[in-house]
Amino acid sequence: MRVDLAALVSAWPFLMTGLWFTLQITVVGVAGGIIFGSLLAVARLSRNRLLSGFATAYVNLMRSIPLILVIFWVFFLVPWAIGWFTNHGRPVAVGASLTIFVTFVLFEAAYYAEIVRAGFRSISAGQYSACEALGLSKFHSYIYILFPQAIRNVLPILLTQTIILFQDTSLVYVISATDLLGAATKIAQRDGRLVEMYLTVGAIYFIICYAASQLVKQLQGRLSYGAR
Amino acid sequence: MSLLFEATPDGAGRYLDWIISGLAWTLCLALGAWTIALVVGTLVGVIRTFPDGILPRIGRVYVETFRNIPLLVQMFFWYFVLPELLPARIGMAIKQMDPPWGSFVPALICLGLFTAARIAEQVRAGLQALPKGQAQAANALGFDASGMYRLILLPQAFRIILPTLTNEFMTIFKNTSVALTIGLVELTATAREINENTFRTFEAFGVVTIIYLLIALIAWQVMHRIEQAARLPGIASGKA
Repeated sequence: MRVDLAALVSAWPFLMTGLWFTLQITVVGVAGGIIFGSLLAVARLSRNRLLSGFATAYVNLMRSIPLILVIFWVFFLVPWAIGWFTNHGRPVAVGASLTIFVTFVLFEAAYYAEIVRAGFRSISAGQYSACEALGLSKFHSYIYILFPQAIRNVLPILLTQTIILFQDTSLVYVISATDLLGAATKIAQRDGRLVEMYLTVGAIYFIICYAASQLVKQLQGRLSYGAR
Repeated sequence: MSLLFEATPDGAGRYLDWIISGLAWTLCLALGAWTIALVVGTLVGVIRTFPDGILPRIGRVYVETFRNIPLLVQMFFWYFVLPELLPARIGMAIKQMDPPWGSFVPALICLGLFTAARIAEQVRAGLQALPKGQAQAANALGFDASGMYRLILLPQAFRIILPTLTNEFMTIFKNTSVALTIGLVELTATAREINENTFRTFEAFGVVTIIYLLIALIAWQVMHRIEQAARLPGIASGKA
């Protein structure tokens, strides 16, 4: 087998377009996932049993099924849902990227919710009592007192989950989206260069994830060094 | 759920039969890969705790490689890339394996070795959580390295990591769905096929979603039972 480097050079710009989309999914998934996930975590801790029941059911359901299945669900359901809300009555064609963004926020929120919840539980009960004693509203106590501490306590796990999310984005392959792996696949099939393309994207994923995980490790060391 | 009892277009049976077949492949793949992962993962986890030499470094390279590349890319490596890199005759033999073995075998190796890297990290953490006195006592009693790990260290380490292993065991069932990308018609692929044949999205994906929920529930129950059966009086578990 001959490795053709020229094919790789000409494919590079397209691969980078794919990587750009991969990063977009990651950013949307992290931002949306942490916001929705934190709401779920707060809901799980709420005294309202309906609210905490819903959040618990949602998190457990999402964590029990494969991401690919969720991608399929959203891929087929979002067109129906939009058609229904806009009173068209029939499905509306939706771009693949919207489907993907929605999926990753919905799915990753369940995982972030568990991490944030662990963060809330790591805060001493005195903080909760102090919030009440100071007469802070629920909203203000979470925003100013509880959430910042919770996030700080679980920051390494949160970042590790983000690396996993970054790797998970490759699964959008199943609806033929052009992320890093999707771009490589399209070129690989067009030029018959499977080996070069897949080894290259493997190396790109490895470099990014390895560097990121080393950074997390360093941060973890720093955080535990200045232990409270 | 009447869909399940309707005849399939190939005339060979009902959609229920497709679901059962998909479920069987999912279970075979998950349990087979889990076996590989436990064996390889334990070995790699053990060599990572050796004090010096080349072996701990090999273990580290293994873990970093398999953890930092997405499972799907690894799947493509075993399925598309490896047969091209091997000598032509072996490569051809792999490519000509009858379906579904042509996709099942690469998926099995891929998922097994992928999960092994994650188990290795847990085993290593479990071994390192043990007090140094355990290894020293084993030495003093005249155990060789293999006896020390098999009889003294690993039984304790596994009790410590059982809760995280439970998580990993539940994850492997979900990860089998990635095998659909290399053509294995497991549970999720079955749902997609039924949907393409009937356009009854809710029923097709609904049934499969419920099955995954049940699998998660059963997997958790099994591990919970093992945890209870393995509990030793006086030794706290789950504090890795």
